Amino acid sequence: MSDDTLRVAKIRSGTVIDHVPGGQALNVLAILGIDGSAGEAVSVGMNVSSDRLGQKDIVKVEGRELSQAEVDVISLIAPAASINIVRDYEVVEKNRVVRPERVTGVLTCPNHNCITTGNEPVESAFDVLDGGVRCAYCDTILREDIAAHL
Amino acid sequence: MRHDHLLSANQLSRDDIEAVLDRAATIADDPPDHADDVLALLFFEPSTRTKMSFDTAMKRLGGTTVDMGSAEASSVKKGETLADTVRVVEGYADAIVLRHPSEGAAKMASEFVDVPVVNAGDGAGQHPSQTLLDLYTIRENAGLDDLTIGIMGDLKYGRTVHSLASALTNFDARQQFISPESLRLPRSVRFDLHEAGAQVREHTDLAEVLPDLDVLYVTRIQRERFPDENEYRAVAGQYRIDEATLADASDDLTVMHPLPRVDEIAPDVDSTPHATYFEQAHNGVPVRMALLSALLGGEDR
Repeated sequence: MSDDTLRVAKIRSGTVIDHVPGGQALNVLAILGIDGSAGEAVSVGMNVSSDRLGQKDIVKVEGRELSQAEVDVISLIAPAASINIVRDYEVVEKNRVVRPERVTGVLTCPNHNCITTGNEPVESAFDVLDGGVRCAYCDTILREDIAAHL
Repeated sequence: MRHDHLLSANQLSRDDIEAVLDRAATIADDPPDHADDVLALLFFEPSTRTKMSFDTAMKRLGGTTVDMGSAEASSVKKGETLADTVRVVEGYADAIVLRHPSEGAAKMASEFVDVPVVNAGDGAGQHPSQTLLDLYTIRENAGLDDLTIGIMGDLKYGRTVHSLASALTNFDARQQFISPESLRLPRSVRFDLHEAGAQVREHTDLAEVLPDLDVLYVTRIQRERFPDENEYRAVAGQYRIDEATLADASDDLTVMHPLPRVDEIAPDVDSTPHATYFEQAHNGVPVRMALLSALLGGEDR
């Protein structure tokens, strides 16, 4: 049993988001809308050693399997992440995230003059670039701190 | 053109551009008949040239226009969304020309209607029909290949600049951008130019490149963008050209401006062979006739 496993206990059923870049775990929780107020059981390991990433974060969410939309957004800040579905303490499904071509309705455009930030009946949409996203309406490119625009 | 709308210069290929410019060159002699077509002019920001030239273009095609008037006097004042406005106007008109203060407005509008939408300026975003008449003017005066063009002024917020820079990537053009540091091209335009492999250089001083230019495209530095009036004055004065400034330019230099100018081109340039900005404005009518005819499906009528 590795040190990492000891630090972050097994869950019975739910999702393990592994290989998150070190320091991004709280942003993953923000994407999932988890702030502890709903009583969810969540385990977080931050900056644990990783052969692949050097340092990584791990997030384990009890009793919840993620939607594709949530996985798409996680891929923007954690492109090497793996999503493991756990049932009865066993990993029954293990997938690497795939960066989508577009994410819709989850990020807010930082350009306050963008048509998506007004009162129009339109969802935000961002095309995914290498290392960033681009608003499909106003072309604004967002590279840093994508999680701040969730 | 194979597009249903004209929203951004990014969607225009070289073939698209040349088809419109070629048609513009002859359309006045043999205009197609659009007597049954109605064009809606939705201008949520003030406009003189763009609005009048679309109006004139449609009428010279035999069609008619409907105009919502100023935003202050329209249902927008009552809080109606743009999405609702265009859905209503779609029932009145065969195409919509839209100017709006928000970036992405034309794209959003196009998602709510089935008639063609032409982006006539969306905030600091794009102004692609202006670009078509700019390219027409450039082609007439300097050609579109093996071209060195200086684009000077407010490159950050200047929507005509964003569209022109993008469209020029279809041609063998060396783009020299001249602006204050604070008004350099936005990240998205630089990204597109890089992706297109465009030949681009940036400068703060026109004198560094003036002798090499075939075309100098001047834009207004917008006073309202500066929080400090003194900061505006310090910058604006450096980007004003007059006849003396052009002493080092090629005899064949073409000076353009999307107009209205304020003080960035002195009146003494008007009488020189360089001045092309009024011709450029006049070209708006035939180019927009060709564009509207293409979007309304009347090229072969």
